[in-house]
This record gives sequence, structure tokens and C-alpha cells, in this order.
Amino acid sequence: MEQLTLPKEKLPELLGEIGSKFELVGPIEENGFLAFRKINDPKEINLDILLSRVPPKSLIFQQTETLFTYAKGKDSKVQTPKIEETKRVIFGIRSCDARGFDIIDPVFMGKKEGDYTDPFYTKRRNRSILIGLSCNEPDANCFCTSFDDSPANTKHVDILFTDIGDKYYVEVVTEKGEDLIKKVSKIFSKATEKEGNIRKETEKAAIDAISRKMNTEGVVEKLDKMFEHEFWVETARSCIGCGICTYLCPCCHCFDIQDESTLKLGGRVRVWDSCMYEEYTHHASGHNPRPSRMNRVRNRVYHKFNYFPKNDGIFGCTGCGRCIDYCPVNIDIIEVIDKVKEVNV
Amino acid sequence: MTDENPYQPWIAKIISIKEEASGERAIKTFRLEFQDEEVKKKFTFLPGQCIMVSVFGTGESMFAISSSPTQKDYIEVSVMRYGKLTKALHLKEEGELVGARGPYGNSFKLEEWKGKNILFLGGGIGQAPLRSVIDYCKDNRKDYGKIDIVYGARTSRDLCYKDEFAEMSKKDDLSIHLSIDVEEEGWDQFVGFVPDNLKRLNPSPENTIAITCGPPIMIKFVIQNLLELGFKEDQVYTTLEMRMKCGIGICGRCNIGNLYVCKDGPVFSYDQIKDIQGDM
Ligand SMILES: Cc1cc2nc3c(=O)[nH]c(=O)nc-3n(C[C@H](O)[C@H](O)[C@H](O)COP(=O)(O)OP(=O)(O)OC[C@H]3O[C@@H](n4cnc5c(N)ncnc54)[C@H](O)[C@@H]3O)c2cc1C
Ligand code: SF4
Ligand code: SF4
Ligand code: SF4
Ligand code: FES
Repeated sequence: MEQLTLPKEKLPELLGEIGSKFELVGPIEENGFLAFRKINDPKEINLDILLSRVPPKSLIFQQTETLFTYAKGKDSKVQTPKIEETKRVIFGIRSCDARGFDIIDPVFMGKKEGDYTDPFYTKRRNRSILIGLSCNEPDANCFCTSFDDSPANTKHVDILFTDIGDKYYVEVVTEKGEDLIKKVSKIFSKATEKEGNIRKETEKAAIDAISRKMNTEGVVEKLDKMFEHEFWVETARSCIGCGICTYLCPCCHCFDIQDESTLKLGGRVRVWDSCMYEEYTHHASGHNPRPSRMNRVRNRVYHKFNYFPKNDGIFGCTGCGRCIDYCPVNIDIIEVIDKVKEVNV
Repeated sequence: MTDENPYQPWIAKIISIKEEASGERAIKTFRLEFQDEEVKKKFTFLPGQCIMVSVFGTGESMFAISSSPTQKDYIEVSVMRYGKLTKALHLKEEGELVGARGPYGNSFKLEEWKGKNILFLGGGIGQAPLRSVIDYCKDNRKDYGKIDIVYGARTSRDLCYKDEFAEMSKKDDLSIHLSIDVEEEGWDQFVGFVPDNLKRLNPSPENTIAITCGPPIMIKFVIQNLLELGFKEDQVYTTLEMRMKCGIGICGRCNIGNLYVCKDGPVFSYDQIKDIQGDM
């Protein structure tokens, strides 16, 4: 892995150069929240706020997507929209959000021979070059370290930037990353051993700064035994079913499919959906397998901490803390899992 | 369903429509033919598998393929009128175009069951996937032992495939036991629920596979009665239904516990689902 450094004041120049060769996406402040947007001027980029409100999952699994269009009338000519495939650079993604892709990749891109793959997700995933940015000052509800992750993990990105004072320490992780660096390499210097050590210490300090921990040991087995427990009624009591915890989760992948049409042209569109809604499982016959909040809150927790592990060998949570930060009634997933462990069965 | 885009349906023409049941819960069987010759040639499926049918501008819904794969020229779906999409389908006329993609899901293990007796227990529209299996068994009659079909609906108006049953009962290579829920003038067969008809018939579990499809409440009591009759959990098969969107294991909609009905089902042995941690 190539180790480089970049003086901090050169970042706009680098991003300008990247932006002139590729589509560049990065975090900007918008209405008081951080959001990933196409960058026209590198000065717009905001690296002070840690996490975007909507996770960058939305860049690859878009909130709305036209799956195909059809001509109305007799011939029903059906067409798939063209998906852009030229390379795109996503700058400033945090470890947990990058890891979110690793968790949902198998859902959209298939696990084994014969699985269906989603072309929209797959093409956008393949065209994206992820430049991560280590978190030196984690937020109060960050707990990525509970999943063997680190705020400065190189594993989920193509290139990782770490702020080491007056410079960025730059690790080039993948071939995709190398190709990009080759095209803009002139402004980097080789990193020294001393700089490497600062980078390691920075990571360690960040890990130490994470105060929250989810104790996931044995949770899969425990959940196996408490599906029918009244604990779920208790836990769901304050939930208002707003769906925020799922919309803002980098690991939630559920969507709805709907037809939208004008007089001449129609399209089948998919939009993010949430298992926290009553409608979600409501059959046309009137039957609903998850009629109450209890069923829905339980499904969310089971999907992340029992079904995901059973199907994919991984928890459906990165520890980003968004669901804790934004839940209007303060349902806290770390506390829920703590309480799961205390339930007597 | 092109190689490029699994969400994009092929175009299929409705070549004929048969009214199976009338009234509030009308059922029609639509015979569909893919318009693209390549697709028509390539499309294969196994009994139990499903297909997503589209009405452009309205949406799409999942249906069991009710025809047998031994019939290669067309596929059929039997559709009960329920919500938006099924209403729109019921308004379609012969010659009109719809979309279809699939086939999806697993199937009944008909290869494995060669040499066995097969007991079908259907209720209402639940007979649709069973019809595919029955027609398949009829076309491969020597491969299977005794075949019993137990089928019921609320009233005689709600019974599907009546003419086909009448045709089948002319031959003596399978037995048909129909029922309706309440007494009706002119009805000379069993009156009562399918689980009761099953009890009355008292079939032997020996070398027999039981397949049941229908409303959840019927399935529940049918399975209970089968177990009482001595059927083992792995001799009993059913299909499960959940709301579906993608049909291909991605949208997350159709899970019962960690299983996705669209991908891991819709066919399950009772063995597989009896302890499942999920809402149905
Ligand atoms: C594996 C499987 C096989 C099926 N086979 C048949 C069959 O052979 N014949 C038949 O008449 N019906 C069958 N159904 C049920 C059929 O899909 C629903 O009855 C139908 O989708 C609901 O009516 P609608 O589409 O008019 O509802 P709408 O009002 O159009 O429904 C809105 C949306 O919800 C979905 N939806 C609502 N209820 C259900 C439901 N019960 N199951 C699945 N999706 C639902 C629809 O796909 C649609 O996208 C099957 C369902 C499944 C899951
Ligand atoms: S469950 Fe909550 S903490 Fe975990 S990844 Fe989703 S939003 Fe983040
Ligand atoms: S938690 Fe709910 S919305 Fe999120 S992926 Fe799981 S089923 Fe879908
Ligand atoms: S954010 Fe909180 S209130 Fe809203 S659905 Fe999730 S748990 Fe319920
Ligand atoms: S219908 Fe989408 S996962 Fe089953």
C-alpha cells in the first residue's frame, strides 16, 4: 500500500484537478446538515461536520430510481434508462459509511452464482472511487469499534486520507485508488516513518475517544429465543413509526416499486421504503403479518442482529449512530441490544 | 427481466381469458404468450414457481404459474380480483398486452417425489399453484402413485377449474374430492371445510406427500390434521405468501424471519417453517 502525504492547503488544488478529470462528489453543508453533493468548487466542501444526515448510500442506491419507462398506448415499448458508467470520485466518506456498502453489496450484487444482481446499484458501485476521510473526533453516538471497525480503517475505501496536523496522510489501498493517484500524483510526497507514526497515534486517539459500545456477543442466539417475548411490546411503546431510523441507516436496503405516468410516458420507479410502516406488509386482502408497532420494531432489530448474521454472516449495523441521533423519541439501538441481553428467557 | 435489467418485464399477449369464479371474489385465468420468440423459446419453469405480471401504469403483482411446464406454448395465471393491480388485470381483454417477468422462487420437488402418492389439499385461489403440479403429474402419470385432490371453496361459484375436474373425474387414475363451506341446492359432494374433508377421507401417510395451499387458517388446520393422521413434518409441503415488490430477494419486503419468500420459497416443507422466528 502506497503511503503519501499532502499539505492541507493543497487539498483544493487536488480536488480541483480530480474534478476536472472525473465527476466529483463530496460533503457540503446544506440547510444546517451535511450532504453529499456534486462538487463544482472545492471550497464548498465541509470537513468539519462528521457525518452527513442522509448516508452516502444514496449516491449508489438512490432514493428514487426509474427502473424503466414505457410508452403508453398499444405497443408498450419498454426501455431501461442508461446508467452513467464513467468513473466518479466520492471524497470524504467515513469508515462506517464505506463499510455500509460492504454490508449491502451482497444484497444488490448477489452472493452466489445464479443470484440476481441489481444493475443500477452495481454499475454505480463499480464506477465509484471512494476516498475516505478518517474521523479524528468521533461523535457522541459513534460505535463503529463495536464491529471491529476503526475510524481510520483502510479496508472499505480505495484511498484513505487522515488529518495528521498540517498534512493529510494518504494511503492508496486498491488498484482503483492507484489509477486515480497516477493521474494526479504530482502534488503528493512520499510519507516518512515519522508521519506514519503520527497517523497511527491519531487513529489510536480516535478509537479511545469513542465512548459508546454495543455488546453484540451472543445476541444472535439470544434473539433466537425471545421472538415471542413481551419485551418487544415494551421496546416499541414509544415508537411513532416515522421510519427515520431506517431511511438514514447505511445498511437498510428496502424499497418500494411504483408506477408513475404522464399522458404519453410512464415509468416504473423504485423509492426507499421502511419496514417501520404499517403499509409495508399490508396485503391487498386486508391481512397484515406485522399489524402493530411491536412487530415492526422487532423486525428491524431482528433484521439487523439476527437475520443479517444468519444470511450474510455480518450484523446489519455499522455503528454510525444516526438512528440514535435522529430518532424523535430517543429509541437507542445500543440500549435495546443491552436490554435484549438482560431479558430472562 | 432482460439480462441487463431484472426489473424490466417482457411483453406478453393475453391470448385467452377464462372466467373461473364469479361474484365479489372473481377469478380469471389468463393465458399469456411472450411476444418475443427468443423469450418464448427460452422461458422454462417448474411447478410452484411464480411470475410477476405487470399492467403498465398500474403496477405489478406476483402470481403462481397455474399451467404446467409440460405445456410449452403459453403460461397461465389464475388471478383473484383483490386490489388495484388485479382489478386492472380483470378489465383486460383478449389480445391486450401485459408485462411479465420470472420465473421466481423454488418449486415442488417433483423429481424427488417420483414413485410416491400425492395428496393435494387446496382452498380457494390456493388451487392455482396446485393446478400446475396436478397437470404435470397427469402428463407424467406413470411416475407417481395414487393421486388425491381435495379442494374446497366457500360456495360452488368460488370453485375454480370446475370443468377440468369434471373432465378428470371421467378417468379413474385420480380421485377428486370437492367441497363447499355451506349447503347449496344441487350440491351432492361434501359440505364443510377442507380440513374436515381431509379428516373424513382419512388418507394413509404411507409413501405419501401432502401439498397444501390456501388461506392461512385453512393451511393451519390442514397441517394439524395431517400430523394427527400420522404424516411426518417432512411429508407436508405448503406455499407461503408475503407482500412482494422485487421478487428477486433484494427489496427486503417478503421476509418471514430470515427467509425471503420470493427467493427461498414460496414452497416450504412444514419441517422448515414450524419453528420460524417471523411474522406471517
Ligand atoms: C408467491 C405468491 C404467489 C401468489 N399467487 C397468486 C395466484 O396464483 N393467484 C392470485 O390471485 N394471487 C396470488 N398471489 C397474491 C397476489 O399477489 C395478491 O393477491 C395481489 O398482489 C394483491 O392484489 P393486487 O395486486 O390487486 O393489490 P394492489 O392493491 O395492486 O397491491 C399493491 C401492491 O402490494 C402487493 N401486494 C398486496 N397484497 C399482496 C399479497 N397478498 N401478496 C403479494 N403481494 C401483495 C402487490 O404486489 C402490489 O405491488 C400470490 C402472492 C404470492 C406472494
Ligand atoms: S442501525 Fe443505527 S447505528 Fe446501526 S448503521 Fe443503522 S443507523 Fe447506524
Ligand atoms: S431494518 Fe427494515 S427497512 Fe432496514 S433493511 Fe431491514 S427490513 Fe429493510
Ligand atoms: S426513528 Fe424512532 S420513532 Fe421513528 S420509526 Fe425509528 S424507532 Fe420509531
Ligand atoms: S419481494 Fe423483494 S425481497 Fe422478496
